[in-house]
Amino acid sequence: MKNSYLLRDKRTVFLQGMKDGIPIGLGYLAVSFSLGIAAKNAGLTPFQAFLSSLLCNASAGEYAAFTTIAAKATYVELAVITLIANARYLLMSCAMSQRMNPNMPFYHRLLMAYDITDELFGIAIVRPGYLHPFYTYGAVAVALPCWSIGTAIGAIAGNLLPARLVSALSVALYGMFLAVFIPPAKKDKVIGALVVICFAASFCAAHLPGVSVLSEGTRTILLTLIIAGAAALLFPRTEKGEEGTK
Amino acid sequence: MNLYICLLIMAGVSYLIRVLPLTIFRKPIENRFIQSFLYYVPYVTLAVMTFPAILSATQSPISGIAALVVGILVAWFRSDLFTTAVSCCATVFLVELFL
Repeated sequence: MKNSYLLRDKRTVFLQGMKDGIPIGLGYLAVSFSLGIAAKNAGLTPFQAFLSSLLCNASAGEYAAFTTIAAKATYVELAVITLIANARYLLMSCAMSQRMNPNMPFYHRLLMAYDITDELFGIAIVRPGYLHPFYTYGAVAVALPCWSIGTAIGAIAGNLLPARLVSALSVALYGMFLAVFIPPAKKDKVIGALVVICFAASFCAAHLPGVSVLSEGTRTILLTLIIAGAAALLFPRTEKGEEGTK
Repeated sequence: MNLYICLLIMAGVSYLIRVLPLTIFRKPIENRFIQSFLYYVPYVTLAVMTFPAILSATQSPISGIAALVVGILVAWFRSDLFTTAVSCCATVFLVELFL
């Protein structure tokens, strides 16, 4: 059952996706709230802030775009900034393309691509076997409304929530990241070592003169290419059917 | 600058980045290096984005470190998404009560 694309479990899988989407939605509420404040500062109305999150689904990408709009840049600059800040989704989309059931109707690819984010990609990719479109749809059904409504609320009432609550909510996203890469790190020594290397390299990149001036999104892309590339050279995966590698 | 044109550009670029690889690569990639690379990408990206960013997400780096440690422990033993996320939030809230 693990590798099959079964329409009859779509309801169960959709509900599973919704359940896993709850912590993501909570984290999104907190993050998008602060994003809404940035949108308001850039001159967007709450409705435009809402639309922006509904259509772009990108924290760093939207934030970078709002800053660009606020700086009265050109449309071309806006497009380039959006491209750079979101470039990691290109890698994630590549990774997802390798986990698609060949028998799945094509339009699912168009829909599943819509909300590839760090978190939604993370929870989908760690499931064994082919990616199930309805798992993604379930998670998106919870996460996307939280993301866009949170942005609108942030734009309407910047300082409604006490700072302490925003502070606590904002680590929900990182908690989810940890739940995605720590369990495989426990099972696979290579991933475990990679995580330690990533932490160290990312810390250095954030503080090293010359590198730290790059945006967080650019640093993430560079480090991902270098570290994952080196790992692939030194420790190529041997079996195609290993857990999670299908 | 028309804000609605801005939104259109943002949305268009964001979607193209996500949809192109997913629709272009219709067949499995046979190259072993690329296969391995794509296998490692999600873990590496998420690890890179977690640290040190978690330290500046909270009001104080101390609560950020506490959340990181608790998050790693909970993920190690429970490996459940929701529990891990909630434990991190609760840790920050509790630690910041004393800061």
